[in-house]
Amino acid sequence: MLNLSLQSLSLGLEKKTFSSQELTKFYLERIKRHNTSLNAFISIDEDKSLLMAKKSDELIAEGRPSPLTGIPIAQKDIFCAQGWPATCGSKMLENFIAPYDATVIEKFNAAGAVNIGKTNMDEFAMGSSNETSYFGPVKNPWNLELVPGGSSGGSAAAVAARLAPAATGTDTGGSIRQPASLCGFTGLKPTYGLVSRYGMIAFASSLDQAGPMAISAEDCALMMNVMTGHDKRDSTSVERDKEDYMSQLNGSIKGLKIGIPKEFFSQGLDPSVQTLVESAIEQYKNLGAEIIEISLPNNHLAIPVYYVIAPAEASSNLSRYDGVRYGYRTKEYDDLMDMYFKTRQEGFGNEVKRRILIGTYVLSAGYYDAYYLKAQKIRRLISEDFTNAFKKCDVIMGPSAPSVAFKAGEKKEDPLAMYMQDIYTISTNLAGLPAMSIPAGFTNNLPVGLQLIGNYFSEAKLLNIAHSYQQHTDWHLQSAKGFD
Amino acid sequence: MDWDIVIGIETHVQLRTKSKQFSGASIEYGNEPNSQACLVSLAYPGVLPVLNHESVNCAIKFGLAVNAEIAPRSIFARKNYFYPDLPKGYQISQFELPIVGQGILSINVNGQNKNVRILRAHLEEDAGKSSHGVSQGKTGIDLNRAGTPLLEIVTEPDMSSAEEAVAYSKKLHELVQWIGICDGNMQEGSFRCDVNVSVKKKGTDILGTRREIKNLNSFKFIKQAIDYEVNWQIETLEDGGKIDQATILFNPETGETKAMRSKEEANDYRYFPDPDLLPLLVTQKQINEIKQTMPKLPGEFQELFEKELGLSEYDASEITSNSNVTKYFLSLVDSGVNPKLSANWILGSLFSRLNEEDINISHSPIDAKRLAELIKRIEDSTISNNAAKKVFDFVWDKSDITIDKAIEDLGLKQISDSGEIDQLIDEVLKNNQAMIEEYRSGKEKAFNALVGQIMKVSKGKANPSQVNEILKKKITK
Repeated sequence: MLNLSLQSLSLGLEKKTFSSQELTKFYLERIKRHNTSLNAFISIDEDKSLLMAKKSDELIAEGRPSPLTGIPIAQKDIFCAQGWPATCGSKMLENFIAPYDATVIEKFNAAGAVNIGKTNMDEFAMGSSNETSYFGPVKNPWNLELVPGGSSGGSAAAVAARLAPAATGTDTGGSIRQPASLCGFTGLKPTYGLVSRYGMIAFASSLDQAGPMAISAEDCALMMNVMTGHDKRDSTSVERDKEDYMSQLNGSIKGLKIGIPKEFFSQGLDPSVQTLVESAIEQYKNLGAEIIEISLPNNHLAIPVYYVIAPAEASSNLSRYDGVRYGYRTKEYDDLMDMYFKTRQEGFGNEVKRRILIGTYVLSAGYYDAYYLKAQKIRRLISEDFTNAFKKCDVIMGPSAPSVAFKAGEKKEDPLAMYMQDIYTISTNLAGLPAMSIPAGFTNNLPVGLQLIGNYFSEAKLLNIAHSYQQHTDWHLQSAKGFD
Repeated sequence: MDWDIVIGIETHVQLRTKSKQFSGASIEYGNEPNSQACLVSLAYPGVLPVLNHESVNCAIKFGLAVNAEIAPRSIFARKNYFYPDLPKGYQISQFELPIVGQGILSINVNGQNKNVRILRAHLEEDAGKSSHGVSQGKTGIDLNRAGTPLLEIVTEPDMSSAEEAVAYSKKLHELVQWIGICDGNMQEGSFRCDVNVSVKKKGTDILGTRREIKNLNSFKFIKQAIDYEVNWQIETLEDGGKIDQATILFNPETGETKAMRSKEEANDYRYFPDPDLLPLLVTQKQINEIKQTMPKLPGEFQELFEKELGLSEYDASEITSNSNVTKYFLSLVDSGVNPKLSANWILGSLFSRLNEEDINISHSPIDAKRLAELIKRIEDSTISNNAAKKVFDFVWDKSDITIDKAIEDLGLKQISDSGEIDQLIDEVLKNNQAMIEEYRSGKEKAFNALVGQIMKVSKGKANPSQVNEILKKKITK
């Protein structure tokens, strides 16, 4: 049951082997049993979930199900879902109940999926270990002393421990792929603009992108069919015909040109991770792919550029949390300024404050050109690296993260070490490209992810490349022990 | 010492769209506070701005009207600052690349034409309103206005007197209404001016330090504020003082200006391109399409009226000073009335009566159709011009009486029967043999005196040109 694909679950529902209410109860029970140790969910609402399941059962009974009807999906707490809390992992929004649905939520609702709960995350999606959440850290199901990665750590732990068949995440610098790597499942960050950002609480608007987190590429494809599509409420959402991401899944990968950037295998990469990534690439070679060495000469600039652009946008995006209209407001204050200072001092955690400070600094008069403008120029160079690379290859492969899951607390006080976690993922956000992380084996009982980076809008192809691998391996089907 | 005054103006023009700049909420004025505050106006977590393209069309119209370049690509930027009536903590505006570039608006002060250079015009959104002291120690926030589309029009410091500043503001106020992008309602804040004032010693090129008078919403206040500010600046400098750059407010009750905040306390707005909005692209095709829908502009009408209809420069300029006046004039001319006569009537009797009673020409008790009827009676010699003025005053507040009936009731019908005029002339000539002799001996004045006599006897009703004609025949031998 726990490793059933979304399609199998759908079939079970359609054949009435089990009902959506039974399935929902099954997962709610699992959440109740294991959330205390994992802290993957911030809010669960059995009544709401079961009501949705009941409606889905009615749809199925009426013979009008769509592929995700009746299937429980865990939603990252960054999405607004009407009537549910949307905390974004922050004290600032601890008591905020969303009055509307994000487009992504609306699409899952329309498909008849069941919201099984809102998952824990780094505060405002700022973090790579899920330790910045106001609601406490999330544990890695493979080893409770380790972090699950971040910022979509709650969704990651939920999928890895099978507390939900699938989950949503968002990825601004690696927040889907790095936790997918550290927790051993499949995650996809789509091309920027493919999934609407409306109702997704903004961190860095030019980088944020929502995507699926699930067991397999096939499950991700099914979720992509629901999540994507033009949305006129998001001006950066792209207008293009909707694709069927399932349609290319069984295509051949013979002759596929895989680009291996030498910059992804340099200093800082854990040797055991490197070995597994290399053997995964070797497997692709056995499946008929061709390996080409490529270069992304500006990749080393991705982290510094990201830590100018993302905080700049965040410092402005987070200005709305001022205690005036909703969210946290300090108890006692003398005047307006005092109210602002105390509200934001008490409402935001340290990592968020650190990034607001950096962002405010790089946008300030006298520093703008030297930081923000320069970062934008380098961002273009980083994109061009990829454009050049894709002239030579169809897909780029490498590690998703430099190491396996690390100990909680280990990097918490060392932001720079923490930021290095995203060294292989950030450049694709800066370029707006789609990328995946798929399970590629284990070292010391800890999962390692292989990253696949595609050209713009090549999600269907990427999913096929991942699926081909998963047809010949079972790394993705292995789940953390101890969560019966 | 002699001083030059240097004035530049930034005007916030509220655009006449149905909904807000970046959301679908209504921008109607005067509704229950926060009844038009949608999730975007309230800056809820996760909401995003979507550009209202109607406001873009308005900006393009303005650009065309001042002969400015329309940027094929312009950028929305965030202007960051904290204030309770600014829900996002930033205002979406345009900074480095505005939609409208440099243009020209020409003004006329005391018969002198002057070109005021427009530096730029950019799209932005309005903030909400704070009402201090709604209840004790509390401030109320109304976000109905938050997000209302504005076009901010910025001039070069080209004006050198309060009169020029007022003339520019009036001309701009008229223009934005003329092209239909603003309702012009200054009391409701649809047209607000920030006036930058500095003074410099006559003859030097070095500009003085400017102070910006914020939010002036009447032409009277613009004049008063500039006059006060200029005096204050000159006095300060002549007393050996120094002007600091500052933002100041004008108090209409005292007629004084006062500093709000100085430059040192000024915000660093941390402008940067808004990542939620794509660059605004405008095609030549779009500009051409809008051009097709544009009304003829005041300047074009003025030229037309002078060249085609023979109006004087002054009359043509007055007739095109306001679109409603132009409309009124055009419908007079359309009904076949002589253009010069039409202009005389509008600028004369009609204007003085409308001013007296403070009525807009679009609500004139005598509409163009009725005035045309009256003027036609002058043209067909039913009444004299003087008699027509009497009819005009008589029917002003009597909409139920026809022009012809009024002429009859007032007994003003002109005598145009040549037999009757013949008789009148003979009667007068009989008693004024001496004058006839004088005329015949070459004194032209005598002729006019005779005409006067005849008109008097006819009680002003005799058709003057007929009198002239017949009299001349009779006494010229």
